[in-house]
Parts: sequence; structure tokens; C-alpha cells
Amino acid sequence: MMLENINSGYKPVFLILCCIQPPPAKYGGRHTVTLIPGDGIGPELLSHVREVFRFSCVPVDFEVVHVNSALETEDDINNAITAIRRNGVALKGNIETKHTMAPSVKSRNNLLRTSLDLYANVMHCQSLPGVQTRHKNIDIIIIRENTEGEYSSLEHENVPGVVESLKIITRNNSLRIAEYAFKLAREKGRHRVTAVHKANIMKLADGLFLQCCREVAAGYPDITFDSMIVDNTTMQLVSKPQQFDVMVMPNLYGNVVSNVCAGLVGGPGLVPGANYGRDYAVFETATRNTGKSIAGKNIANPTAVLLAFISILFLSVCVFDYFILTLDFMLFVQLHTADLGGQGTTSEVVQSVMKIIQSKGQHTSDI
Amino acid sequence: MAGKAWRSAVRTQKMYRNLSVTLIPGDGIGPEISMAVMKIFDAAKAPIRWEERNVTAIKGPGNRWLIPPEVKESMDKNKIGLKGPLKTPVAEGHPSLNLLLRKTFDLYANVRPCVSIDGYPTPYTDVDLVTIRENTEGEYSGIEHVIVDGVVQSIKLITEHASQRIAEYAFQYAKQNRRSSVTAVHKANIMRMSDGLFLRKCRQAAEKHRDVKFTEMYLDTVCLNMVQDPTQFDVLVMPNLYGDILSDLCAGLVGGLGVTPSGNIGANGVAIFESVHGTAPDIAGRDAANPTALLLSAVMMLRHVGLQHHAERIQTACFRTVRDKKVLTRDLGGNSTCSEFTEAICQRVQDLD
Repeated sequence: MMLENINSGYKPVFLILCCIQPPPAKYGGRHTVTLIPGDGIGPELLSHVREVFRFSCVPVDFEVVHVNSALETEDDINNAITAIRRNGVALKGNIETKHTMAPSVKSRNNLLRTSLDLYANVMHCQSLPGVQTRHKNIDIIIIRENTEGEYSSLEHENVPGVVESLKIITRNNSLRIAEYAFKLAREKGRHRVTAVHKANIMKLADGLFLQCCREVAAGYPDITFDSMIVDNTTMQLVSKPQQFDVMVMPNLYGNVVSNVCAGLVGGPGLVPGANYGRDYAVFETATRNTGKSIAGKNIANPTAVLLAFISILFLSVCVFDYFILTLDFMLFVQLHTADLGGQGTTSEVVQSVMKIIQSKGQHTSDI
Repeated sequence: MAGKAWRSAVRTQKMYRNLSVTLIPGDGIGPEISMAVMKIFDAAKAPIRWEERNVTAIKGPGNRWLIPPEVKESMDKNKIGLKGPLKTPVAEGHPSLNLLLRKTFDLYANVRPCVSIDGYPTPYTDVDLVTIRENTEGEYSGIEHVIVDGVVQSIKLITEHASQRIAEYAFQYAKQNRRSSVTAVHKANIMRMSDGLFLRKCRQAAEKHRDVKFTEMYLDTVCLNMVQDPTQFDVLVMPNLYGDILSDLCAGLVGGLGVTPSGNIGANGVAIFESVHGTAPDIAGRDAANPTALLLSAVMMLRHVGLQHHAERIQTACFRTVRDKKVLTRDLGGNSTCSEFTEAICQRVQDLD
């Protein structure tokens, strides 16, 4: 086991802005975190998370809230939202959106994000040592506006056979996300922020977004600001991803760019994601996949969800120094799951993780 | 009996009579690369007669911008066109000429085959897919409003007619080019009605073409999988914006816009094939341009009109020249001029006879 080789150059950076402090629910020294298992691989991976952190005696209790994606009513998701309001922080699996239902049944994930006003979706894509990829030395922070844009869920069919879908861009939200991006860049010592847009075609909407980014950039002269059209961005990402530092963009382009970047660094099983609002934070995998095709087969990669939970620890618990060391455990677990070309099952990888934690001398319960 | 043989002989003769194609050289490096393509076609003895036309927007009745009547006439007659890069107008008062052409000929499908080029290595090998993008509506309808100060609304339009048309085209393309599967790319989990309609039309077209495998995939999943393993994709069909993003992403996989062909299919049998790179004004006139993109687009054109044999020969000659690495333009990593590169391909094509 390459436990001594900590100096790998990989510096896991948890992107939590100090100015955003959700009130973590704490009672008797123990924190409560809402847990939404979701569908597909969500339940099995999140139960592994609970297993690992119960084993490590982390003082966190989970309030599990199930959301049934087969129901048309919004009671389940409203319960989940209330629980997150209560606890301040949540760990979430992706909830499936069934197209067979009427269009009035909106995406539950989207409802959650907009109700809690989780306006910033943040993802940090870094090349990981030990993971074979076509491109090396990638280190990109992607900040995506999370509440409006193409995800406004405003559609209508005025004339049969002609559907209109509204993309909404507002000055307030664009300023807000740009401000977040620049603040984060400054705090983390990053030098360049790139706004991704399609303002040559969507002159008013993306034009407004770009204008807001420029206005905010003027207040951060220490950070270089540039912009790039989304189609060129994807082309650049697959040929020279090392040129990007921090990227900020509206909702849909964020979806595309974050998935491209996750693919570049090794896949959906490796990258955690976070959704921040003024008062609440919800953590999940960056690419939000349900993983239906691999559910129940014990082959899903638990890395992304484990790292997502560690983000929660930094946010609300902030006590476990030794967890900084255990971040490296993910890299030095020589056993890989199938998505990384390995033969290990999810359970085997989780067991290796627990063994490493134990070997670090941390107080643990029995495996 | 004799009558049948005579009729078939006439038909063969008709096929080998020169096919008239409208050639729009374009701006910047456009004229040079168009010359290169004409030379190569000449060397390959492809039965094409080029009709050169220039596109400069003119103001028509009712203050509408139009393409010149001689261009329209030529295209209406020939139906097939080859176009070099056009300058993007900045504050010139007229809209993009590409947009004008698209509207004039109702070019509803943009087709981009992306194939890895042996000899021009990228981190991705064995890419062989085709993106088919709906080209007339979707997010590019240009309908935007300021609702109140600080709130902008941009309308994405999806219609049954356009979705049906593009879906039908995708399956026909797959059949004609012997591709095994068509994947519809969408975001119907979020845009339930609009992408939902698009998806329904794709499903309906799939029902009519059972011999081609049909799958559906979310846009984000396609992006995620595309950068990890592009070999799993074959033909992709999607609305305008996703098509724009994905087609450029796929072009990036095989080496960029300098080596990617593109075709625009219109109603009434019109088709315009084009290179999608820019006019490169910095190297215009210096014999430094790379004609590969326009050449491969011209090859696509040959396939479209049924001249498979010539298409194959010219493409092979081009790829073998690149693979040889002896004569390459600057952007491909070599030191040769455009003329030298063109000459090398001409030689190759003649040797293939």
C-alpha cells in the first residue's frame, strides 16, 4: 500500500466559502444531516457512506428522508425540503424523473434546488494520481448557476405541435453567481475566471449574463476575466483542458461542461459536487447520475459520495484533522471499481477504505 | 431485352455526365482551399462541373436582406453546393450569411461525420460517429424579450414538423450509410414538453425503421460518455443547441474544425456542404491553408450524390497523405504549403487508379 507517498501533488481542496455558513443542526455534540437516498445507485452508495462514518465514530446522525419518484404528488419532496431546512445540510442521491408522467410533474431534484435557493453548483475537477485518463494535470473549478436559465420549467403549447420553452436569465441571479465565482477564485488563490456563454446567438439572455460577469470582474482586478463560447469551450476541453482555471456559466452549459470535465478526470464515480445557497447546502455526486443500469450490482464507485460526505464534515463538523490524511485513502486504495478499469466491488473498496482508516490509529468500532 | 440493355446503358451514361455543383469559395482562405479541392477533383477525374458564385448579401424589397439572385438561381438548378468559410459580419448591418443561406434553402439538417484521422493523432482514437443536428429552430429561434428591467426571456421553440423531419432524416441517413444505431440526445427530464415532443417524434421514426437500433440518452450522459469512450456512439440526432455543442465537441475529439467536414441538408433536395472553420485572415493569401476540411466536405458531397467510388478514392488519398507525414501543412504539424499538400494528394489519387 502506498501510504507513505502522500506527496502526490494532488491537493484535495474543499470549496467551502467562509461567508456561507448554514446553521448545522447540533445537539449534544452530534450533528444531524438529512440523507435522501434517491433512486438507482443512490441507496446502496449512501448506505456505504453511513457504514464508513459510523465505523469511524463520526458524530453525525442521519435523518433519512425517502422520496418516491413514482408518486405524482409533491408531499415527499416537500418533506425532504423541510428536513433540509431543519438540519441545514443534506447528502443526496439523484431522484429519477419519469418521462411517462405528465409534464406538470416537475423534476424533484430541480424543485429541491429552487425551493432552497441553492444558487451555486460547485464542482472541482482534478486529475487524480492512480487514475488513467487521456489528459493529465487538469484542475478546473466549475461554478454553475443552479436555479434559473433553461431549467426554469416554464413550457407551454399554445398551438398544437408547437412547444415553447422559456429560458430565463435575471440580472440578480447572474450577478450573484458571478460574485460567488470571483470570491471563490480569490479565496482559493486562483487567477483566472472564464465565463461560458452563447451570447453571439442568445444576444439578450446570455448577453445579460456576460454583462453581469464583466461588472463583477471589474471589482476583482487581481483576477483575469475572459469569456468563451460554449461550443468552442467543449472543443477546447477535449483538446487542451489544462488551459482552464475557474469557469462560471448559466445552468445548461454548466450541465454540459461539468459532465465533460468529470469524464476527463475519470468518470462520474470520482467527483463530488455541492449545491450552495445562502442558508443551506446539499451535497451529491457532481454529475447527478441515477446509475439505473448498475444499480444493485455492487459495482458502483463509492468515491464521489464518500468525498461528498467529507465535504459535509468540513462544513459542519470541522473537527477531524485526520480526515485530511484520509482523503488520500481514496487514491491509494489499490482496488478500483469497474469504471476505473478495476475488478473490485463497491463493498470491497469500502472495506479497504475502512481498513486504512483503522490503520491510521483512529478510534473505530468493529468492521 | 435489347430495349432493357439500351435503357440501362443510357442511365449509366447519364451518371457519368458531369454533375453541376455550385461552388461558393468564401472569404479569407476560402478561395485557396476551393482551388485545392478543384485540383484534387480534377486529378481524380470526378465528374463534377463547378459553377463558382460569390455570396454578398443584398437588400431586397421590403428592406429584407437576401442572397444575390444568381446564387439562388444556381443553387435551385444544381441543388448541390460546396461552400468555403464566410466572414462573420460585425456591425455591417446584415445578418450572418450562413443564416441567410439556411433560411433561403430551408437547410434543416446539419450533418457532421467525425472520424479519427490516421496520422493526425489526438488523445482519442477510433472515433467514428455522426452528429445530426436540427438546424432551424430550438434555442436558436432568436426570440428574446426583456420582460422587466433585469429579467430576460429567451424562447426555445420545438415543433412537431421540424422534429419529425430531422428524426426521419437521421434514420434515412443511418440506412443509406449503413450505420447501425441512432441515439436521440435530449433533456426531457428538465424540458419535459419541448424535448419530450422531440423524443416522441424520434421514437415514432424509430418504429418505422426497425432495422436501425434506437436509443435515447440525456445530453449530460452523452457528454460524460463521449469523453471517456466515443467509440460507443454511432449516429446522434438532437435539437439545435445540443447539436451545436456536441458537434463541436466531437470535432475536437478528432482534431478540430480544420479537419472536420459538414453538410447541410435542405428541403427539396438541396444540400450545401461546407468547411466550418473560420476564414483565417492571418494566413490568407500565403499558401499556408489546410484544405482538408473543405476536401472532406466535398467527399461527403460525392457520397450524397451517389459517387461512392470517387469519394472513396479521394478520401483514401487524403488520409494516406496525412498518415505518411511527409507533406503536411503547418496546422497538421508539417512545413509544407497548401499547394504542396494539394499536389501530394493529387499524386496519391492518380496512383490509386
